[in-house]
This record gives sequence, C-alpha cells and structure tokens, in this order.
Amino acid sequence: MGTTELYHLSIHAVLPLLQRRMLSAVELTRAYLERISALDGQLHTYITVTAEVALDQARQADECRAHGEDAPLLGIPLAIKDVICTRGIKTTCGSRILENFMPPYDATAVARLRQAGAVLLGKTNTDEFAMGSSTEHSAFFTTANPWDLTRVPGGSSGGSAAAVAAGLAMGALGSDTGGSVRQPAALCGIVGVKPTYGRVSRYGLVAHGSSLDQIGVLTRDVRDAALLLRIIAGHDPLDATSLDAPVPDYERELQRDEGLRGVKIGVPKEYFIAGIEPGVETAVRKALNVMEEAGATLVEVSLPHTQYGIPIYYLIATAEASSNLARYDGVRYGLRVEGEDMWQTFFRTRALGFGREVKRRIMLGTYALSAGYYDAYYLKAQKARTLLRQDFERALQQVDVLACPTTPGVAFRIGQKLDDPLQMYLSDVFTVSLNLVGMCGISLPCGFVDGLPVGLQLMGPPLGESMLLRIAYAYQQRTDWHLRRPPISVQVSGG
Amino acid sequence: MPKLSRQEVEYVARLARLGLSDDEIELLRDQLSAILEYASVINQLDTDDVEPMTNVLPLRNVMRGDQTAPGLTLAEALLQNAPDVQDDQFRVRAILE
Repeated sequence: MGTTELYHLSIHAVLPLLQRRMLSAVELTRAYLERISALDGQLHTYITVTAEVALDQARQADECRAHGEDAPLLGIPLAIKDVICTRGIKTTCGSRILENFMPPYDATAVARLRQAGAVLLGKTNTDEFAMGSSTEHSAFFTTANPWDLTRVPGGSSGGSAAAVAAGLAMGALGSDTGGSVRQPAALCGIVGVKPTYGRVSRYGLVAHGSSLDQIGVLTRDVRDAALLLRIIAGHDPLDATSLDAPVPDYERELQRDEGLRGVKIGVPKEYFIAGIEPGVETAVRKALNVMEEAGATLVEVSLPHTQYGIPIYYLIATAEASSNLARYDGVRYGLRVEGEDMWQTFFRTRALGFGREVKRRIMLGTYALSAGYYDAYYLKAQKARTLLRQDFERALQQVDVLACPTTPGVAFRIGQKLDDPLQMYLSDVFTVSLNLVGMCGISLPCGFVDGLPVGLQLMGPPLGESMLLRIAYAYQQRTDWHLRRPPISVQVSGG
Repeated sequence: MPKLSRQEVEYVARLARLGLSDDEIELLRDQLSAILEYASVINQLDTDDVEPMTNVLPLRNVMRGDQTAPGLTLAEALLQNAPDVQDDQFRVRAILE
C-alpha cells in the first residue's frame, strides 16, 4: 500500500490492517511524520512534533502485536492539543508564559490513550490558554485552514482540527470551553465531539473556565470519534467533577443502525437568525431533510434565552479564567521577569508572558468579579445561566436532540476579526450555550460553501453521547461529506 | 454606559497584578467598554426568583479513600520547572526586609 493513501484512511479502516499485519505501526507513523514534514511548513498545526517518542511507541506497538497482544488503539498516531499535559513533553498552552513548561505527569485522557496503545505525534497549536476562535491568539503562529490557506482553521483547537483534516494526524484531542472543539471541526470539515461536563476527566487539562471545560475528540468520521471517546471517557478519582457513570461501547452502539425512525429532532428557531450566512443555512436545512428522509421527525422548538448566551458566557468564562490564571506568577513554574521587588516581578512577568487576548479576558473577568460589579455582572450571569439551562431542559423534554448550524459562517480570513474582539466572540454564538448548560454536542460536516466546509451541530442531554453519535452516524451513512479531503492533500499525492 | 476611565482600567489591572502599557490601557478602555455594554443586555432579564448556577453538577463533597499511592518526587513535581531554586526551595525576592 502506498504511503500517499495511508493518511486518508480513518482509524477504524487502519486498525484491521494493523491487526492482520498488512501494515506496521512504524510504517504508519513514518507516513504521518513524513506528511508533517512535507506540509506543516504551510499549515503550522504542530507546536511540538515528537518524532522520536512516536517512533519508539510505534516500535513497541509492533512488538506487542508480534507477541500476539492487542489494544484498542495499538499503533494509531494521534495528536494532542497543547493545553493538555503530556509527561516529559513540553506543554506550552500556546503561551510565552509556559513556553518551556515540562509537565511531570500525563493528563488522564492522555494516559488512557497511551494505555490503549496510541502513538503520540506531537502537540498542536491553540489560541493562548484556549482563548480564541481562530488560533490567531497563539503566541507562536497562526494555523492555516487546509481548505484555504488564507483562512483560519477556527479555534481554539485549530491545530488539532487542521492536522486531522489535512492528514497530519489520524485523530486528536482538543478542549472545548465555549466551542473550541466543535467550531474548528466545522471550519475544517471534520467531526468534533464536546462530551457532557464530567464525562471526560479534566485532570491535566490546563484550567481555563473550570465549570465549562471538557476534553473532546476530533476525527475524520463519526465512527472514529466513537472509538476515541470510549477510551478517554469515564470516572477518574483525580477529577472530583468527573461523572461516575458507566461508559457505553459507543462504536458497537453505532452498528445497531436502527436508522432514524422514531427519532425526534428539535430545530431551535433562534439558531436560524438573520446573521447566518445563506449558504450555511441551506446546507444545514438540506442535512435536516436527509435526516427526515431517514425517518426522523423534525420539530420546531424554542430556546428563548439564546441571545443571552454570548454575554453570559463571556462574563462567566472570563471570571473563571481570571481566577485560574492567577497561578502564573513566575514563582513556581513558567516565565519569570525579575522586577525591583516581588510585586513588580508579578506585574512584569504577566505583562510579558501573556498575549493581548489573555490580558483582555483577565481584565474583563477581574472587572466582573470586582467589588461593586460582582452582582451586576457575575452573579447576574450565573442566574441567567440557570434560565438558559431551563430552556434546554424544556426543549429536550419534547425532542431527543437539537440540530442547528455549528457556526453562523464558514472559515473567515486570517486577520479579518483580529482587531474586533466582540466580532470574534460572536462567531461562537451557536456553541457557547452547550458548555453553559453542561450537555453534550457534536459537529459533523454537512456541505460546502465556495469550497469551504459547513458544520452541522447536534446537541443532546447529559450523557446523551451514544444517541448523538448514532444519529450522526446514520446521517453519515447517507452522505459523503466526511469523505472529502482538502485540496492540499490532493496536491501532494499528485506530485 | 459611559466609557471606562483610565483610572478604572488601572485599578482592575492592579487587582489582576497585570502590567499594562499606556497603549494597552487606552485600547482596553475602548474594548472593555464595548464588550461590557454588549454584555449588559442580560440586565433585561428578570432574575429575582432565579437561583445562580455555579456548576452544572449538583454540589457535593467528594472524598477519596484514605489510602496511600505512589506520587511524584519533590524534584519532579515542583522544582524541575521552577525559574529559580535554592536548597530545594523556590527562590524569590525578599518580601520583608
């Protein structure tokens, strides 16, 4: 088999080849490392490539197989967003302040991937501390969208999304605080899952908004997402907010293929608004028709507090972030810029260590928490969050899942929203609510506008991942959007 | 809502122990004012009888079993990433003379 084809294959297609020894983990890993060497100069998806670690793990995987052993992801090369701790592998969070930070432990999600035999290719680019929607707020560089190099891949898990879309990783971990897995998945034409709050351990995920953060998976198709999610999900004594609920075999549940007969899909009218790009709405409406033809019933529902989602989110997320980022003081780890005294050292370290978006959010969050403004902003936002949750609870009493666009538009141009933070925040309008209510969601490819991918978002109740994946899989069985590959792949395989 | 004053921005920056340049302060006056004005739309909501939500999960204490487990060494866990170390301790500027 030629290596040019390897990076197009999904995980579930490659696993049987590895198991039957038609392909070795070393060959597979080398193909990915070569692909990274060939293309990452244009795409900038990785902050750190761990070629040696990857080849070591691949060799071990091949040895295990030679001894008749197997593991669910034995020999599968994956990428990890650089806000997730990896033991002995630099974890920068896309920030100068952690530019040389070497975690002494693995995040639980990473430990479980290693345990399952996965090969770690490296750490992917992210907006600094996962604060952004484009990767333009990475302290190091901006990742390009593989469908159009002049456009953003989305963010903050933009490095992971672009790497998976362009065949620079078979799948990846991301983190989603307000859409940071689903939005880049949509903009890069791949699948992204934001699990229920507590479904995946947050141990080792560098904290951004602690009541919102979840680790999620980015893959080329739904079945791969099911495969990876089963490995990383589940209770972890190291995360007191992780849910003690059994983890279904998501992949096996897909095979039940009951079509969509009897499934009720809610279409929230507030998610089809004036600001949405016409091509995006058309693609999503067509996807809804496909699901209807497959037996689903479409029901219009209302989430009346949708318009408050962005304000609530940006008050709560920044308040939590300003508190979480207080730990970067130059004392115990990270950058230190010495001043005349201890206080000046704090001010200088944080002035030079943080980029402009992180500073903006620390300021906004500190303001919202400060005496005199706490009640008007932070407490008010927490109460409004309750109303938002009630919207979802009411809607999900009538229907099984909710369906809407993941983003109001396709990938925007690099630089287009950089100087207008409010416009950048508004690009998260369809994703932030899900984090605020703690439920689960998935974005999957459902069409194109002028060669740029469109994402369909499905949102479900707490621990509804199995149902979401089954509906998404049924849609994917009837369409071929997930099989399209960005032109950057075609160029290389052709020459 | 009036634009944030320079003093207000400086006050918040001090609370956050964040050094800002003059240009950054001016830019933040504009940007934070615009964002806060947009966010103040939530004041339209009647939340008199609504409980604030701090977390999506029911609040409860989580206790672990009283068992020992292997952990990281001091050097691994704490000192390898420290900017300045002396005698296995973090070295910082004197706080008290």
